[in-house]
Amino acid sequence: MASTQLSDGEKTFIIHGVLDNLRNDGRTCENYRQIEVECGVVSNTSGSSRLRLSNTEVLVGIKAEMGQPKPQSPKTGFLEFFVDFSANASPEFEGRGGNDLSEDMSTRFAEVFQTNNILDFESLCIIPGQCCWVLYIDIVLLECGGNLLDAMSLAVKAALANTRIPKVTVLRDSEGGEDIEVSDDPDGYHTLEISKVPLFVTLSKIGQKHVVDATLEEEACCSASLVVSVNSSGDFTGMVKKGSSSLSNDSIHDMLVTAKKVGIQLHKGLDTLLSEVGQSTAGRGFLVG
Amino acid sequence: MSGLELLSDQGFRLDGRRPRELRKIECKMGVFQQANGSAYIEQGNTKALATVYGPHEVTGNRSKIEHDKVLINCQYSMATFSTGERRSRSTGDRKSQEMQLHLKKTFEAAILTQLYPRSQIDIYVQILQADGGNYSACVNAATLAIIDAGIPMKDFVCASTAGFVSDTPIADISYLEESQGGPELVVALLPKSDQIVEFQVNSRLHLDNFEKVLDMAIKGCKDVHAVLTRVVKDHVGQLASKMSKT
Repeated sequence: MASTQLSDGEKTFIIHGVLDNLRNDGRTCENYRQIEVECGVVSNTSGSSRLRLSNTEVLVGIKAEMGQPKPQSPKTGFLEFFVDFSANASPEFEGRGGNDLSEDMSTRFAEVFQTNNILDFESLCIIPGQCCWVLYIDIVLLECGGNLLDAMSLAVKAALANTRIPKVTVLRDSEGGEDIEVSDDPDGYHTLEISKVPLFVTLSKIGQKHVVDATLEEEACCSASLVVSVNSSGDFTGMVKKGSSSLSNDSIHDMLVTAKKVGIQLHKGLDTLLSEVGQSTAGRGFLVG
Repeated sequence: MSGLELLSDQGFRLDGRRPRELRKIECKMGVFQQANGSAYIEQGNTKALATVYGPHEVTGNRSKIEHDKVLINCQYSMATFSTGERRSRSTGDRKSQEMQLHLKKTFEAAILTQLYPRSQIDIYVQILQADGGNYSACVNAATLAIIDAGIPMKDFVCASTAGFVSDTPIADISYLEESQGGPELVVALLPKSDQIVEFQVNSRLHLDNFEKVLDMAIKGCKDVHAVLTRVVKDHVGQLASKMSKT
């Protein structure tokens, strides 16, 4: 991860600030930085979004392509995640530099989104056992300012809200052969139901307390963190501990209480934003501002 | 040539442009705060992002250090969703590596490399959406990013393409025009001195027509230059007005 070098003094300053519930940029421990979301920025995708969380910038493109369903679930479509740590975000990611992190995060997403009822996977089926929609969700990290997983999950939810899947009709001829016809009507599409899509909330343990949405500097002071995926009703769909230090049972409990509270707020905030921009197809992208 | 009529009898191209018209160019400098320089450009539906880090100490292999000039390090990548069909990887394939080499040579010719011996400049470009003219979009974006980083260059580097359809040279060809198999000329130019720093012709082109097509590509570069100059002046103007307020 993009590194910042902090002296002991600076670290102490940050840790003391967190103890007093006042962080470097004036936030409390449970506040997120300002979030900007825009949908429909890449016109040759089925759905896309660009999200800026202060210094962290993420671009998500979703392509719906036809593929073969997995043998263990012939009646459903599926998702494929790929996280691209672009060298734009940090020279460290040049060449194969970001591969390990990318692998780690893609798996995290894949695991959380495997849960059956997160999306209506059956609506992605075209011909059972033969053909289904595969949603390739590609996440590109463009600028690295801390709290990557949360930003990516927010952007993924926004991009899913923006995704249009063409309507298809299956024509059967007299010999029993099947032919797939994709609607060429620009309005012939259906959208995904995203109310159950979870968001990641990362809680970083700093000193005796924990914070959400840590900046790069705060991440440098953090010994261990807990990544929790929360859905809009506040239920947890997965969690994982990261970092090299240990967490006590009590602090995990405290973190989960915060995660639930913050997660619900985050979902509410994003849903209001998406109701304004979610379906747009003409994002101005990077030219804004 | 196949069924598509690239140039209608009335002299219009598929997207409604005249032969000599470029696609609409929109750009923005300074899109990121962490990089030393960054820029974003849209040329029609081709969208590219460039960031510049440096000059800084040489990272990685120390044998790459050059004692009389700066080491220029380029990476070209294409987002997996940038093309019509999804790509399985964003970087490292042969085409990207070739592009990387071309970009490196282009900017070695333009940057005043002798000013920073034993250092390194990283130029990273990424195509977010591909619709023809990827190389030129990258060069133009990288030029803006280098200017944003304040690295001295001999001149802007402006790149553009030209094609040749039914005896008419056409400027700034799109993916559709590119994929029909006609000739494609790629030029990167230092506009003030009319020096060509990168030049490539794909496919067959008769020598009699060569001059015309080259002129069209050079004209394209100069038009791009006019747009880029305006963007840089606007950007610097805004910076200046912000500074004077504080």
